[in-house]
Amino acid sequence: MSGEEFVPLSLVPLLIGVCAALASALPGNFLILRRQALIGDAISHVVLPGIVVGFLLTGRVATWPMMLGAGGTALVSVLLIEVVARFGRVEPGAAMGVVFTSMFAGGVLLLELSDTSSVHLDVQHALYGNLESLIWLDAFGWESLFDPVALAGLPPELPRMALVALGIALFIRVLWRPLMLSTFDEGFAAMAGIATRPLSLALMVMSAIAAVAAFDAVGSIIVIAMFICPPAAARMMTDSLARQIGWSAVFATVSAVLGYVLAGYGPLWLGRADAVSAAGMIAVVAGVILGLAAVFGPCRRRAGT
Amino acid sequence: MLMRTEPEDVSASPFAVRGLTVGYGGDPVVQGVDLTVPDGAMLAIIGPNGAGKSTLLKASLGLVPRMAGTATVFGQPVARQRARIAYVPQRASVDWDFPARAIDVVMMGLYRDLGLLRPVRARHLDRARDCLARVGMEDFASRQIGQLSGGQQQRVFLARALAQDAEVYLLDEPFAGVDAATEAAIIAVLKLLRDQGRTVVCVHHDLSTVRDYFTHVFLMNRTAVAQGPVAEAFTQETLQRAYGGRLAFAAG
Repeated sequence: MSGEEFVPLSLVPLLIGVCAALASALPGNFLILRRQALIGDAISHVVLPGIVVGFLLTGRVATWPMMLGAGGTALVSVLLIEVVARFGRVEPGAAMGVVFTSMFAGGVLLLELSDTSSVHLDVQHALYGNLESLIWLDAFGWESLFDPVALAGLPPELPRMALVALGIALFIRVLWRPLMLSTFDEGFAAMAGIATRPLSLALMVMSAIAAVAAFDAVGSIIVIAMFICPPAAARMMTDSLARQIGWSAVFATVSAVLGYVLAGYGPLWLGRADAVSAAGMIAVVAGVILGLAAVFGPCRRRAGT
Repeated sequence: MLMRTEPEDVSASPFAVRGLTVGYGGDPVVQGVDLTVPDGAMLAIIGPNGAGKSTLLKASLGLVPRMAGTATVFGQPVARQRARIAYVPQRASVDWDFPARAIDVVMMGLYRDLGLLRPVRARHLDRARDCLARVGMEDFASRQIGQLSGGQQQRVFLARALAQDAEVYLLDEPFAGVDAATEAAIIAVLKLLRDQGRTVVCVHHDLSTVRDYFTHVFLMNRTAVAQGPVAEAFTQETLQRAYGGRLAFAAG
């Protein structure tokens, strides 16, 4: 495919997909080791009531009110999970399950009760996103990357998602030692002077930011898959946490690129006319990578097995 | 035997607890406990299962919430003296599948020196390797921790505490489920620490080794039962009171 076609149509969705995958997979490494992997699932679900509230308050399908609404409900859900787990004395997984299903169901009811029929706002959008629609109309080819006029027309989702991915990478780099210590041994970390509870909350908030930033562009399904699949596959490639995070970044990138290409061209190669959902295909590729790592990864063996 | 009267002044004690009460909602699991560890002592916290031994340790350190009471290190609140304490949690309290090698775990003991971003230098690695050697684990530095035996894992935990170079060592069941070689290695290291003037406190469950390993005991069963030098406080009578009818053998 030539640059004239590739740059306006495919470059931006590809990059957004890669950034969204990275932003989710990086914190996912710690979430899985902390047995909190379900939090990605939880946050992605509570995004729905958040965008509905954002819409109801402003009456517009605009990005910022919806993202703020989603961010708000994500934070509320993180706190609720903590409250349910602490005071209900149930394990964190059960607390997450209770909170996110209730809030998602509340979002569905809210959506039906409110008059949103006139606007494009539905559950499907929140789940699959619409990666393919994020095209760069002002671009004519590779040279547009150096053209300020064309760059001004870049879909705002790209810089936003890139910034979030960069921020999360920076967060993990700077707090690498406390994150590793408190993930492995919280009691010891607290005695070493690490504020373990605020750190845990910060990790949750960073994950929520990743999920909220990603849902708009690529939908919840990628977020859920990327929080879990690349880190889980990466764990089976190495016994070092630093290298695991490197592998997870590679797997996330490969899933995004391969998934996007397969969704766009796979059906054509099979003689079918229409492309399939890129978000769905990216999640499927991530799942296949996890399956391959589970079968062929060099560090699959676990203690006691 | 009556409770020994403790000196009011706790400033000389490397680890002292006053009026500690801990409950998880229901009845307190630890109630009104006073404990004063003498400087340079090697003290065992002893009591039946469910007596609140680990809880006493964790609540003193602020790792689980307490309902009442204080814990001090040389007279200062524990929260301000953490750098002088090395804490060894129960081995079962962490996930050993964690992607780390033995040397990585020992390096965690250097967190106070390294901070967030200070680079790891050769001297840091040397110190970590030296600590592994002191527990006889130098050949396992690059082994993933999940592939170590239970005893080897416990020794790695002890090496991490050694790397902290603390004055007070608090260990939660360091001999639980370890092989004889590990037990011998650990007790040798702990006795060496005591010989250097450090203070060692262990939650301990094996009554038969108390006389060989420790200088002082603290017997408890939710409340404090007795404390003092082993010869005075570790008697048939105090054991009966701590264990009640559950004591299967006499301790001599």
